Amino acid sequence: MSKIRIATTSLAGCFGCHMSFLDMDERLVALLEHVELNRSPLTDIKHCGPCDIGLVEGGLCNTDNVHVLREFRDNCKILIAVGACAINGGVPAMRNHFTLRECLEEAFLNGVGVENPQIPNDVELPLLLDKVRPLHELVHVDYYLPGCPPSADEFLSVLGDLLEGREPALPKKLLHYD
Amino acid sequence: MGEEANTITHNTIYIDGQPVTFEAGQTIMDAAFSAGVYIPHLCHRPGLTPHGSCKLCVVDIGSRGVSFHNSDRRVQTKFSVDIDGRSVSACTTPAVAGQQISNNTPALNEVRKTITQMLFIEGNHICPSCEKSGDCTLQAMAYHLGMLDGHFPQFFPRREVDASHPTVMLDRDRCILCELCVRASREVDGKNVFAIAGRGITAHLIVNSSSGKLVDSDLETNDMAAHICPVGAILIKEHGYEVPIGRRTFDLHQVGEIGLEKVILANGHGKYATPDDETRHARFPVPNPLPQAGEGANESLREFHVNVRHTDE
Ligand code: SF4
Ligand code: SF4
Ligand code: FES
Repeated sequence: MSKIRIATTSLAGCFGCHMSFLDMDERLVALLEHVELNRSPLTDIKHCGPCDIGLVEGGLCNTDNVHVLREFRDNCKILIAVGACAINGGVPAMRNHFTLRECLEEAFLNGVGVENPQIPNDVELPLLLDKVRPLHELVHVDYYLPGCPPSADEFLSVLGDLLEGREPALPKKLLHYD
Repeated sequence: MGEEANTITHNTIYIDGQPVTFEAGQTIMDAAFSAGVYIPHLCHRPGLTPHGSCKLCVVDIGSRGVSFHNSDRRVQTKFSVDIDGRSVSACTTPAVAGQQISNNTPALNEVRKTITQMLFIEGNHICPSCEKSGDCTLQAMAYHLGMLDGHFPQFFPRREVDASHPTVMLDRDRCILCELCVRASREVDGKNVFAIAGRGITAHLIVNSSSGKLVDSDLETNDMAAHICPVGAILIKEHGYEVPIGRRTFDLHQVGEIGLEKVILANGHGKYATPDDETRHARFPVPNPLPQAGEGANESLREFHVNVRHTDE
């Protein structure tokens, strides 16, 4: 049996979901007998090849996030929004209360302890979106894995269902948003 | 025979086929409460005037299958004719003898989930950053209904936070306009501290004081209005994290448990989850994450399951 190919990425997230994925600990060994990782911070592969499952942590806060999400959607048969930020913007979306200018000024001009105040302007830097957005507002998302972060058991539940060719059905006892 | 059927159904409604007796003047919600039948609700609290705004308590009323209706149409009251075969809010609709009520059906729960999704996306519900998480009835309702996502585009509205009061915090980001605080203040505290102003998408909670700020209102820490908020919009300051996440009300209880609201209210904000109550600890359950390998699963997958399950024990 050929292995199921999985890609993962963190957009406007904190990598907490990836850490939680790794919380599967020794169960990862059994999992990796059935899956192989494509593009992922865990493999350092930079671009997504054709994959069966894409796990996307974090919402959209800049233009790079938009490109990466499109790449995932184009290459992954099944796209899963992982964690609170991917699903509704999460904590990064708390900046949506303010204008982008207010955020930049607070962080880079007026913030406590700022030296040499200036708003970063390098062409290499992706432009920030005016608001942080959840994934499903840009692309079609197939499944959602709530939690901040989702527990290792949640990852196992949804991946286990998919590996067996079943529609993922998260048990209610695993469902939480915090 | 006909007479007998009448006396039996005289004060009885049927919720999902289960006979539920009611007293004159009771709503469907009241009758269900007394009988220990859970009808999902957010804006209702026994003892306060029903408000009928959240629509989580939507039920379907039909009268098919009621024996005396079939045999004698004259027995049907005017009222039950009018609402026959319609969706109504259980908290505001009077119980009428013979009503056949659908409550816990997949279709209604799907509608309720959609309503809950709308409540989430209309406000700013960032649960990981909310003090109320785990004690929040809206969140518990979403768990109950199996809500995984908000489905609709997020509004991200800008709403005013009022931190002026020394002991009570008002964060309108999370207000679902249920008017529980409005009614508690008016009917129990005798104060009229809160009201809803504006219409539609501009509707918002206002405070009855010269400045519009809580600090200048009559609100006191022990008022019911300061404790009744089902979400994290009205919070008591300096008590937010007395009970850790994972041991809060809805980490230990299901929203559908009858009588839970009295427990919540009697114990006050943040103090109702008993930290020793390991028995119903739902948050970190005994790991049993994967279902049995079903039909069609190959042998190695079965092994994978066995490995996964055993390595965690
Ligand atoms: S009020 Fe409830 S649903 Fe809203 S953010 Fe707080 S815990 Fe989540
Ligand atoms: S502040 Fe709370 S109790 Fe008052 S209307 Fe809003 S959600 Fe309801
Ligand atoms: S509980 Fe009936 S409408 Fe809210």
